[in-house]
Amino acid sequence: MSKISVVPFGPQHPVLPEPIHLDLVIQDEKVLSAIPSIGFVHRGLESLVDKRDFKEMVLVAERICGICSFGHGMGYCEAVEKIMNITVPDRARFLRTMFQEMSRLHSHTMWLGLAADAFGYESLFMECWRIREKILDMLEMATGGRVIFSICDVGGLRKDVPDEMLAEFDRRFAALKSDYDHVTEIFLNDDAVKSRLCGVGVMTIQQANDLGCCGPFLRASGVRRDARMTNYEAYGELDFEPVTANEGDSYARCKVRIGEIYQSIDLIRQCIAKMPAGEVQAPVKGLPDGEYMMRIEQPRGEALYYVKANGTKNLTRFRVRTPTFANIPGLMEIMKGTEVADVATLILTIDPCISCTER
Amino acid sequence: MSLAQFSKTAIRNLFHKPVTEKYPFVPKEYGERTRGHIENDISKCVLCGLCMMRCPSHAITVNKAAYTWQINPFSCVQCNYCVEGCPKKSLTMKNTYTKPDTQKTSVVLKYSAERIAGEEARRKAMIEKAMAAKKAAEAKKAAAAQEAAPAGTGKAEVQ
Repeated sequence: MSKISVVPFGPQHPVLPEPIHLDLVIQDEKVLSAIPSIGFVHRGLESLVDKRDFKEMVLVAERICGICSFGHGMGYCEAVEKIMNITVPDRARFLRTMFQEMSRLHSHTMWLGLAADAFGYESLFMECWRIREKILDMLEMATGGRVIFSICDVGGLRKDVPDEMLAEFDRRFAALKSDYDHVTEIFLNDDAVKSRLCGVGVMTIQQANDLGCCGPFLRASGVRRDARMTNYEAYGELDFEPVTANEGDSYARCKVRIGEIYQSIDLIRQCIAKMPAGEVQAPVKGLPDGEYMMRIEQPRGEALYYVKANGTKNLTRFRVRTPTFANIPGLMEIMKGTEVADVATLILTIDPCISCTER
Repeated sequence: MSLAQFSKTAIRNLFHKPVTEKYPFVPKEYGERTRGHIENDISKCVLCGLCMMRCPSHAITVNKAAYTWQINPFSCVQCNYCVEGCPKKSLTMKNTYTKPDTQKTSVVLKYSAERIAGEEARRKAMIEKAMAAKKAAEAKKAAAAQEAAPAGTGKAEVQ
């Protein structure tokens, strides 16, 4: 046995889309433990509540992250609406659900591409991002933005999506399924892919529960927990069942995300089919006074939004607990005993979003 | 067999038209709703400063004394919040993105010379009117004080 040494990993590393630093304690080629350190992209967005009024904060909340932006805006708006007792119009609820699922779809597609890139399958990465581009085009067509949509507002949505556009989306999503069929078949059946994912970084159901993991990372270990089951927005009116797997390894995480891609397409098409007519913005009167904790399911897992107001236009506290923050202890656990070469793939299997974590 | 699954796509991509566009040789077409950059019709603008107060990234500066409206397009986050709050509807969101630049140049818009002259005249008239009103009020106050004074002095004389 050789001596134990510490190897720094990140914050700048080809496989990392965002900066996170790990100190890997290694012996030979085995990782004994990993110590994370974050704080490279902290922007102090939560404390902006002192300077921006509660309506303007929607725009700030959206900019916490570029991938889960719609969810952050929606979670914040939901919390404020609950404090102010605003009933969001039905059409806005369905449209919000549709945009949230479109965000999940593009986020998971992006993850598939990044994962392919991490294990060295570059052409598969290109193929995944080609598909993602089609979703981004649709989002730009409906909201005006490719990643930051700025469509969510306290009381509903800033603009409506016409029915003709929704019919066009329905047609495009139906066609998108065949694109995914080809790509996901490679992720699930290709020997080269399987050799990098199967049996790597196994997380047991007990560990997943004890470490408080969330999202696809948790569901891949066989836990049936999803914040969408709390029936916020329009999820209660849609046919929804969480996707789970039992193996708990990197392959299971990939399988759960692929399952969620198909489920998102299905949920979007259900939303379009059941889309009610009417207004998308409820009148907002007065100022918020009270506090509320909102839970929503982001592409990476469960996010919490705590909002506290004292009857003035500025909130007193806004707190976001993001899914990656909850998944980092789990990531450190699964790294123990793995090969150094698998570290990059393992970091990606939790789908880390460091901008969200640091805010 | 499963190793060669992707080869079909790889071969198709060799003979397929590229999915990317040859930008900037082929101009990109944007949708109607695309939030590209902010434009201000200065002839409608009254320099009220609401856009400056609403801007989350402090990209807009309104200077009433110099009659200028200024935006730094590289600080703007295209949230559309100023456009929604513009009382005169002078701000609009255009669907083309800001052109790249070597420096973060601001766009400065100024009232026309005729409009500045008109505004100056209006301001001067307003000041004159206010001064006249102030003078009138002072005169009225002095008259009221004078009216009250003889009574006081009279009382003193009696004593």
